Amino acid sequence: MGDVLKVPTMAEFKAAGKQPEILFWVGCAGSFDDRARKITKAFVRLLNKAKVDFAVLGTEESCTGDPAKRSGNEFLFQMQAVTNIEVLSTYDVKKIVTACPHCFNTLKNEYPSLGGNYKVMHHTQFLKSLLDEGRLTIEGGKFKGKRITFHDPCFLGRANDVYEAPRDLIKKLDVELVEMKNCRKKGLCCGAGGAQMFKDAEVGQKEINIERTEQAMEVKPEIIAAGCPFCNTMMTDGVKNKAEGQIEVMDVAELIANASDL
Amino acid sequence: MSLLPNIIFAIIFFSGLGFFARNIRKLRRNIYLGKDVDTSGDTKLRWTNMAKIALGQGKMTRRPISGFLHIVVYLGFVIINIEVLEIVIDGFLGTHRIFSNIGPIYGVLIGTFEVLAFLVFISVVIFWFRRNTVNIKRFMSSELNGWPKLDGNLILYFEIVLMALFIIMNATDVEFQSSNNGNIISQFFAPIFEGFNVNLIERIAWWMHIVGIIIFLNYLYYSKHLHILLAFPNTYFGSVKPKGFLNNIESITNEVKLMMDPEADPYASDSTDTLAPDKFGASDVLDLNWVQLLNAYTCTECGRCTSECPANQTGKKLSPRKIMMDTRDRLVEVGNNIDSNNGEFKLDGIQLLGDYITNEEIWACTSCNACVEACPISIDPLSIILEMRRYLVMEQSAAPMELNNMMSNIENNGAPWPYSQMDRLNWKN
Repeated sequence: MGDVLKVPTMAEFKAAGKQPEILFWVGCAGSFDDRARKITKAFVRLLNKAKVDFAVLGTEESCTGDPAKRSGNEFLFQMQAVTNIEVLSTYDVKKIVTACPHCFNTLKNEYPSLGGNYKVMHHTQFLKSLLDEGRLTIEGGKFKGKRITFHDPCFLGRANDVYEAPRDLIKKLDVELVEMKNCRKKGLCCGAGGAQMFKDAEVGQKEINIERTEQAMEVKPEIIAAGCPFCNTMMTDGVKNKAEGQIEVMDVAELIANASDL
Repeated sequence: MSLLPNIIFAIIFFSGLGFFARNIRKLRRNIYLGKDVDTSGDTKLRWTNMAKIALGQGKMTRRPISGFLHIVVYLGFVIINIEVLEIVIDGFLGTHRIFSNIGPIYGVLIGTFEVLAFLVFISVVIFWFRRNTVNIKRFMSSELNGWPKLDGNLILYFEIVLMALFIIMNATDVEFQSSNNGNIISQFFAPIFEGFNVNLIERIAWWMHIVGIIIFLNYLYYSKHLHILLAFPNTYFGSVKPKGFLNNIESITNEVKLMMDPEADPYASDSTDTLAPDKFGASDVLDLNWVQLLNAYTCTECGRCTSECPANQTGKKLSPRKIMMDTRDRLVEVGNNIDSNNGEFKLDGIQLLGDYITNEEIWACTSCNACVEACPISIDPLSIILEMRRYLVMEQSAAPMELNNMMSNIENNGAPWPYSQMDRLNWKN
């Protein structure tokens, strides 16, 4: 656990005249949110272990503009997008991997018509490809037999039809994967999308994350697996309210990294 | 033989069709009041979508009970309409069951129609009970109070009566019953009419049936039932992009690229494509594009969207179905305004946003796409919500305070929180 993470930047690669295999787009949550930073680190440990030649933009990365766009601020979104595309072009980036489905969706779907064309993968898709290619193996049965349910992030699932990659990874852990009544296409939002993360909800009878946590509790999991830093925050809050100490909320990358005691 | 019935039939038939055509022209006009939108390309995928989703009812069975019943009614509706062809020809020529001499196949056809009519009757009765006595949440929302609820029931009554008339018409047709070819269902009802003037009842049922169909056809324009026609174009013109994609406003792209280009001379360009649009986003139906307006007319208010909406499920005011219903109601209002002002829209001081839809509804959306996924006929309420947010933010600067904070953080330091961009890599330590 204690060893130093190798996190090279695109600038370092460029200075050495080299090009990494992938750009790891960390995202704002992954960079600044204390909980999400742990996901970032877990993913980097896996990348280091699989000896993936990757780089981050570091201080040159900026918000993709997703929360601005979904709040209706198209100007701000496009300013962010065009600026980011400039930076990505400077480094001739072809392939991007990110642990945030919001960044994933925006980079994949909304950047192309502004001139940014990349192969964009969610980290669960990338980890799956590492497994399939034999570059990464999942060892250690730390989670063996545990009941785990996966919460589909809207921007990974419904928005982009990625349902199986995270589930395939979880199944490799020899766990009991249980599905909530609303899963895959019918997955219920955690309540953070559309910039709701940054504001109080409108008046209602309940918070959305509480509703979703209750749905998860119905299948009595020991762990709720997530694939999005914002879902992670919302579900963690929900668990604190409803089932403190009984359920853990973990990102799929954390599950894999922890299983191997990375 | 008197030609009077033939003439009366022709008058009813053509005036019914003419009135319908007039309303369809109005409908078309109203839809094209919307802004232009690029629907070119992906022709093959669009046809496939229409075939699978509308023709094949692909998404209906996700709710097994209502989905199954709906398919019965849909198949019944489409297939029984073959019989209308015979009825219309008989009406014009004064003949009686003109196709009956085509042999045993006629019995097979009518038999099929009878079975379907019976199944449709049963299904529609179940629909009525589901709507009115079983407490199904999506049929109890407040946006259905008044006309929408009555509209839903009227459609069911129409169908019940039309199916009953079809069976009665066959049951009282002495010749048809005695031929014993195709009277699978009606033979059980024939004895009820013994002792009555069956010839008269048969004629009354025949006339009421065809006149009922023509009235029902014309009722469509005023009801939520237009989906039986518009589901087809709507699924064709529905989005072919991943659901996560939201369009980039082109005029803003031009503006942003101009700002980013050090070579650009802002005074040199006077071409129209760099002109700002008259409004960012949408506050009224005329600001929406025509596919969004087609969506509004297509909506049959089933409420699958609303029942999947996380905001609605947790008691917020947002209901995607209401967004569509409001859009249609306002569009009809604008259309009537144009009709009564010699083809020109006269400002009426009313807007879709504010007078129909509140800001509170608009801000409750999580953009999760559950409503879009749930719609069995490719309606996209989220795109309308987004256009209204764009209007509120870019025209009115009326975002909730916390969102303004989030946006100024992005502007200042490239993250929704107030952390310096220079600290982006601190996590690795």
